[in-house]
Amino acid sequence: MTEPSAQAVAPKASTNHLGQPLAAYRGVTSTLCSGCGHDAITNQIIKACYELDVESHRVAKLSGIGCSSKTTAYFLGQSHGFNSVHGRMAAVATGVHLANRTLLNIGVSGDGDTASIGLGQFLHMIRRNVRICYLIENNGVYGLTKGQFSATADKGSVQKKGTENEMMPIDCCALAIEMGCRFVARSFSGDMKQLLTLIKAGLNHPGTAMIDVVSPCVTFNNHEGSTKSYKFAKEHEEQLHDIGFVPPHEQITAEYAEGTTKTIELPDGAKIVLKKLHRDYDPADRNNALKLLADARDQRLFLTGLIYHQDGTYPDLVEQKNLVEEPLATLSESKVRPPREVLQKIMESLK
Amino acid sequence: MLDIKRIYWIYQSIFVTFKSPNPSKSFMPQTTLTQPSGTAVQAPSRVNDIVIQIATSNGSGSQSANAILLRSIFQMGVPVSGKNIFPSNIQGLPTWYTIRANKDGWTARRKEIDLLVAMNIESVQDDIRELRPGGMLVLNSELKSFLNRNDIQAHIVPFNELVVQACPEVKLRKLVTNMIYVGVVGYLLSLELEEMTQAIEKQFKSKPKAAELNRSAATLGYNWASEHLVNTRTCTIERMERKQEKILIDGNMAAALGYLYGGVTVVGWYPITPSSSVCENLIDLLGKYRHDPQTGKATYAVVQGEDEIASMGFVTGAGWAGARSMTATSGPGISLMAEIAGLSYFAEIPVVITDVQRMGPSTGLPTRTCQGDIMKAYFLSHGDCKHILLIPGSVEEAYEFAIEALNLAERFQTLVFLMSDLDLGMNNWMADPFKFPSKPLDRGKVLTEKDLERVKFFERYRDVDGDGIPYRTLPGTKHPLAAYFTRGTGHTPAATYSEKPENWQDNMDRLTRKFNTARQLVPQPIIEKASDGDVGILAYGSSDMAVKESLAQLEAEAGLKVGYMRIRALPVNGEVRNYIASHRVTYVVEQNRDAQMASILRMEYPDLAPKISSILHYDGMPLDARTVTQAILQSEKPK
Repeated sequence: MTEPSAQAVAPKASTNHLGQPLAAYRGVTSTLCSGCGHDAITNQIIKACYELDVESHRVAKLSGIGCSSKTTAYFLGQSHGFNSVHGRMAAVATGVHLANRTLLNIGVSGDGDTASIGLGQFLHMIRRNVRICYLIENNGVYGLTKGQFSATADKGSVQKKGTENEMMPIDCCALAIEMGCRFVARSFSGDMKQLLTLIKAGLNHPGTAMIDVVSPCVTFNNHEGSTKSYKFAKEHEEQLHDIGFVPPHEQITAEYAEGTTKTIELPDGAKIVLKKLHRDYDPADRNNALKLLADARDQRLFLTGLIYHQDGTYPDLVEQKNLVEEPLATLSESKVRPPREVLQKIMESLK
Repeated sequence: MLDIKRIYWIYQSIFVTFKSPNPSKSFMPQTTLTQPSGTAVQAPSRVNDIVIQIATSNGSGSQSANAILLRSIFQMGVPVSGKNIFPSNIQGLPTWYTIRANKDGWTARRKEIDLLVAMNIESVQDDIRELRPGGMLVLNSELKSFLNRNDIQAHIVPFNELVVQACPEVKLRKLVTNMIYVGVVGYLLSLELEEMTQAIEKQFKSKPKAAELNRSAATLGYNWASEHLVNTRTCTIERMERKQEKILIDGNMAAALGYLYGGVTVVGWYPITPSSSVCENLIDLLGKYRHDPQTGKATYAVVQGEDEIASMGFVTGAGWAGARSMTATSGPGISLMAEIAGLSYFAEIPVVITDVQRMGPSTGLPTRTCQGDIMKAYFLSHGDCKHILLIPGSVEEAYEFAIEALNLAERFQTLVFLMSDLDLGMNNWMADPFKFPSKPLDRGKVLTEKDLERVKFFERYRDVDGDGIPYRTLPGTKHPLAAYFTRGTGHTPAATYSEKPENWQDNMDRLTRKFNTARQLVPQPIIEKASDGDVGILAYGSSDMAVKESLAQLEAEAGLKVGYMRIRALPVNGEVRNYIASHRVTYVVEQNRDAQMASILRMEYPDLAPKISSILHYDGMPLDARTVTQAILQSEKPK
């Protein structure tokens, strides 16, 4: 395929390459609290799918239970969505991935849903490399049940009522790296540019892509004493790098000059471009990524960017299972019911 | 070799069915170790009616030996079953294998044991106590000090000496010892050597060396017994002609075959006794028969989950996306699956759970059978949940209902249970060869892109046809009308969010309508035996064989013409109501303490509650006919 010219690929102002307006990627109106970080993430998912020319019918939106999990109704209204049960979306997504390998799975979960009740399934999903772009909308608090701590709440973080969290938080990024996740990112719901880039790259990742997005809860966790408030996040954020994502049909622009950028090529030809800010960061170095996360935690810094990424293809669960190209869901009877002779042969062996 | 020629030939004249023409000659006090003088005593023999119990310890490798005995009898045309009573243990604890051969086809458990092979020091005292008077004992000579009865025939066999001859390799001797008792039992029962040899070859078909070793050990046992033991022909097996060829299979393999032929595509599971072999067998079958011939790629996916919650999540996600999905588990696993089961019910997602029922939680009796999950499965999960249960009463039905479970799950877009149990699932039963399915796969009400283009209307939870079953679309369907959002509770017919009371109540009423539609489409009850209208039995599942035998006993022994209807699924319909209504009393026979099916029937038909009585069996052992017969005679005796 020849490289399309910039002119040919530039979408019209109001539609993408599929001729779809941005509005076609919206869902129903959000019922979350006004100013919720989750809505900002929803907007970036909408924008990412619009800009990537995603065909809505190819998407399965999957979620567990919680404020974050409700958001799958607020984007991609023309996609099938499944708001499943608390902490079990990872397993449900595994089944969806197996039943129809052609689907683009977008999982939205929260910190309670992923790191508390659903931690086991989350880790096993990563271990199996289920193809999904898995977003954790992380506010360190249970919103829907009004303000209890989740397992990602920082030690010393104070609840609205004044109770202090005495336990160490679970770092989903570090765990994901441990489990062999090959795309691990962290972002902040207020950082639209970075988030959009990471979501676009995550959607193109051929396996489990995990993005932990700190998303302050304006109602229960945005006060003095909270370590996941807007104020805290803004003051303590440290960006690893400036990120650009280039879909396969776009060229890398001159903005990312050689010498200061690192280009990561995804298997479908898309590219992630990392612009290094003040350190020589290599996201392919697993040990370094883990150390960085540990250091950041000690310094109470909140590290954002593509923390860990492994190039090259690694089989997702469907490939590990050596499945036929056609979705299992729609295989015809002749493909799933062995012939009469096979049964006769088996019966013969039992006589 | 005279010193090992030890025969206890003990007889007690009070035992009537075991009568020697000349008892005084054959009586040998057990303390005397000399061999009996004179000719062998001929006792009237029971032909093709025997229960053999083999007591070994777990991990001693007796399984293949027992299978060979079972198969030898099977090959001689005699109806037979084999039951493994085993501990939750890999090595060392007592384990028993019971074979029942019966010319009339009664192969449920029978408590009375005719021939005991006692190999295990741990259980030998109890084992010998349980042998029927006049029964035959094959006792390892190492255990002879435990022999404390003089009303049985004891055959002491020096297994440890014989195995040295049979097997030069020390580490194989434990296994080979088992084949020696196969030979001894074969001699005592007059099994045909040719059939025994064939059974050995079948068992070890891929291992000719092992086959040869085992064959020679069995022959050694047979020959030793023929030279050293007096065959009283107390019980013998004689060849029978079969009208139709039969197969020998356990219920878990039968269910696995059903899922194979039901076109299962996604399987999620977590190992748990006694269900594991459903998925293990299925994995073997899928591996052999479900790869695309051109590409070699799989038309199925099996994933072992990290627990039963995950397994249930896999199959529910897969069912939502359009796969025919199944998981298999047992009671504790059902508990873990309960939450997602509710989601499947309310979000209306096809999925099948195979429940191979066992006794309760944790350790202790996980390896014993029961029907204790009926109530739990029927109402599993939160809110007003009611599920379809298919309850196979035979291995044939385990196969057929597995296929049907996948069909009904997609037809009704809901969770369907296949309710097996340990006795049916893990034990060997004789059956007619399974038939190729007569119906195509039922994929239910799924609207494709073409359908949507034609009907130009889609609301996920709208009851368009009046049967309570809505239409669905699958993710990936390219049509503007196709997408919908799935939630557990709170939706309108168009699957939009709603907390309005009327929306929810309408939805609940539609689910009831759907459930009522299922009453006519699930496997219908069968009247297995007509009654004279007085006493009827309702039973289900693995109780079937024992109940049928009990009916024959009741008629032969007490002249009672008791009827029998077998429930094959829940929910029940009017046929069951009519059955209860048309009898003075109906006994519901079930293998649980709390009369779970009877309770469900009383809920269904409160006006008939006084006519419903219960016969309950819940000691962990498979149900036997005598238990049912005694219970009915007790209740029905003239007052």
